[in-house]
Formats: sequence, C-alpha cells, structure tokens
Amino acid sequence: MNEPSAIGGAVRVSKLVKRFGSLLAVDGLDLNVEPGEVFGLLGPNGAGKTTTLKVLVTLLRPTSGTVKIFGHDVVLNPDAVRRLIGYVPQERAVDRLLNARQHLELFTNLYHLPAAVAADRIAEALRLVNLEDRAGEPVGKFSGGMKKRVEIACGLLHQPKALFLDEPTLGLDVQSRLQVWEHLRQLKRQGMTIVINSNYLEEADQLCDRVAIIDKGQLRALGRPQELKHGVGGGVASMEEVFIHYTGHRIRDEAII
Amino acid sequence: MNAYWQETAALTRRWFQRLLRERMTLVFGLFQPMLWLILFGSSFKNATMPQAFGTENYFAFMTAGVVVMTVLNSGLAGGIDLIFDRETGFLDRLLVAPIARSSIIVSRFLFVMALSGLQILIILATAWLLDVVPVTGLGGVAIILLVGVLLGVGLTALSLGLAFSISSHSGFFALIGFITLPLIFVSSALVSLDAMPVWLRAIAALNPMTWTIEAVRSLILEGWFWPRLFLIISALIVFDACCVAFSSRILRRSMG
Repeated sequence: MNEPSAIGGAVRVSKLVKRFGSLLAVDGLDLNVEPGEVFGLLGPNGAGKTTTLKVLVTLLRPTSGTVKIFGHDVVLNPDAVRRLIGYVPQERAVDRLLNARQHLELFTNLYHLPAAVAADRIAEALRLVNLEDRAGEPVGKFSGGMKKRVEIACGLLHQPKALFLDEPTLGLDVQSRLQVWEHLRQLKRQGMTIVINSNYLEEADQLCDRVAIIDKGQLRALGRPQELKHGVGGGVASMEEVFIHYTGHRIRDEAII
Repeated sequence: MNAYWQETAALTRRWFQRLLRERMTLVFGLFQPMLWLILFGSSFKNATMPQAFGTENYFAFMTAGVVVMTVLNSGLAGGIDLIFDRETGFLDRLLVAPIARSSIIVSRFLFVMALSGLQILIILATAWLLDVVPVTGLGGVAIILLVGVLLGVGLTALSLGLAFSISSHSGFFALIGFITLPLIFVSSALVSLDAMPVWLRAIAALNPMTWTIEAVRSLILEGWFWPRLFLIISALIVFDACCVAFSSRILRRSMG
C-alpha cells in the first residue's frame, strides 16, 4: 500500500462538477480539509451535499474537476482512497439479519485484515461504541442509535485516516445523538479527520472546526462557526441566521436526496 | 488472489448467515421442491398416458422437471438480495471497501450454486424414496449437478442484470413472477416434447430449460448418451456466456 502524502492535505476538491442528466447537482465546488480537522458540509435539502460526499468516497465519478484524498485521486486510484477512508451513509445501512459481530467480521475481511489483527480490532470497535454486550444479537432488533453505532464501528476497523458521515444523527433521539457526537469527539481527539454532512446547525456548531455552507451545488460561505456568526449581523447571529443569510432559506429537518 | 479470495469468501459467508436467520426461506427453499415432486407426481400419476412421457413411471419423468424448475426459481431469485442491499444502502458500504467489484457478484453465484446443488440432491433423494433411481448411478448424479449448475449460472446472471436495470424490488418481483410460469410451460418440464403441438415444441426446443431437462431426464431414465450430453453442455455454456455478457455491462455501469 502506498503511503499517502501529507502534502496536499486530507481532502482537496477542485472545480468539482457533478451532473445527473440535465440536473446540475454540484456546480464548481472547491474545498480543502486539513488532516485532523472536523469539517461540516451544511446546506438545504438538495443542495448537493450527499452527491459531494459520494464523490469524495469514490461512489460517484465526478463529471469534471478533481478530488484528492490524502494525495490520491478518487478516479485514478480509488482503491488507495478506499483503504484510507471510512464511510457512514445516511441510510441505516446495516444488514438486519446479521448480528453486530458478523458485521464487523465481514468488514475486517473486506479490508483484508489478517485474522489475528481482526479479532483485536473487532473487540476495540465494540468497546468504542459500547456494544460489547449486544454483539451477538441481530441488528434488526437494535434502536436507530445502536444501528448507527454499528455502522460507525464498521467504518473504523481498518483504522482509516478520515471518516465521512452523511447525516450521522438524522432521525435519532436526543440521547443517541449526544452519544454519536461523543464518539466523534473521541475520534477527533485521536487525530481522525472527519467530514460530516449535516442538516442540524447545532451539530455543526458543536462538532465542526470549520463549516462550508453550500446551496444549489455551489459554495456560499466557509469558515469557523464563530467567524461565520460574527460575519453576519454584527456578531450576535445564530447559526440559523447565518444559514438563512447565505442560502435564503430556512433549514429543514428532513431527508435529502 | 489471496485478498480476492478473502473478500469473496466473507461475502459468500454473509449470504449463508442471512439464510440461516431466515428460517422460513430456508425450510421452504429446501422442501418446496420435495412437495412439487410428491404432489405433482401423485396427481398426474393416474392420468398418465405413457406415450406423453415415454415412461410408465411419472415420478421418474417428473424428477427432471422438478430439478430444473427448482434451479429456475433459485436462479431467477438470485438478484433479489442485491436489490435489497442497494435499497438499504448496504451495497454502498460494500463498494466503499477496497474490494474487486466482481467479488460481490461472484459471492452471489457461489451462494446460489451451492443452494441449487443442495436442492437438487434433496430432490434426487426424495425421488429415490419414491423408487426413482437414475440408471446412470452416481456418475449420472454428478452430471445432473453439473448441468443444473450450468443452467443456474445463466439464470443468476440474468437475474442480477435485471435486478440492476429495474428500479424497484416490486417491479423485479412482478417481472420474475410473470416470466416463471411461461418458462415452465414452454419447456418439457411437465410434458415430453413429443406430446406437444408442433408450434409449442418448436418454441420449447429453444428454451435452455428444455435442454437441461432432456439431459437430466435421459440420465435418470435412459443411460449415457454422450454426443447429446456434450451438445447440451456446450449449448448451456453458450447460454451462460450470453447471460453473463448481458449482465456484466449493466453491473459494470451500476457498480463502477
């Protein structure tokens, strides 16, 4: 496996365009995320957040523009990118018939870990997301928050350098949401680069070092949450006001494309 | 190659883990063919016109039909789990791992073929309890498994291709339901080719199910007819190649 180059940062997005037929989902986006940073992509429904994230994690090919993850091009060298990243999609992407341990075993094999290493990583991942006691139960019986924790655990087994989460707390109750945030903070303390799509302004405010506000596939604002709040309305703006200022709409708490 | 085997084995294991949790699917999948044989065989037995079947023993005649109907059902259902994976987003999770895209497809083939092989053995065991013993013995059983698997590969490939060209699982189920019965009736599963009207016989002769049924039936009833077996096996390989070519285009487009 090639060592990723630290030069060029964690994520480099340059003039990214993604078209679906006549729909322009991402329209010339430029973004940089530095190693160890927690970066939030905010925007109204249909702004192009999920599309952007799917290009970053090699699931969609850009129409034009380049995306590099730790120096590796997502189109030219997708497997190198895949080894370095974890991805937690928006849906409850678990197999409800498998138990948590079977999920983790599957992913240790998909990342080609040797059996001895795999056993340690599985134990570690279960500990991190507090599912040690429930590892043998079918995931179908789990609450939304527990399923999301299984997904996060699956994304960490190969010790990625960056984790990409699409709406990680969408539809979770308050307690589960706080728990997921705590896991993410813990990962940040370990130096993980994290990119989050979010519809929750509070989530961005609480977790992110920097946020990008995008609308109609274009970048509208970029900066630390504090800076953005100071930049709008003389320093007393809330994230909500910042958001409305840059996008012209109120954020909606519902699923996006 | 080692990495390829590790990921393919893990993905194949997952299909079996799922099956073991779905007890009902497992039980019905394994024992429905037995029921087919016993019920169909019993109800048609007394209506037998030996000239329509070429044998006095309708169970013996029916066994080949049930083997192939079972392969048809399992093969055409082969794409379903991947439709669900696509709908739940689990497929995206698999695709974000550094695995060869083909390992997902190959795992599906390995699983469906293993299951079909097991089903064929259960049918032959049931037939044996009904006094149907293939005249070609264990060697015949091996060739029955081979032609069954060859038919299954093509059907599974077709199913996977359709699974990724149809947008919803309900559409997929409707299509599979629509084509299954005609495929059975336009084959020699229930009636021998000789007993069919000429036009139907002409269509049935083009149906890969018929080829497979004829091979299995002659191994059970008649004995070794190598030239015909070679012809059928070659035709099935061509059928498989066409189905794989059709589906791999679609799958490559959908899975990158």
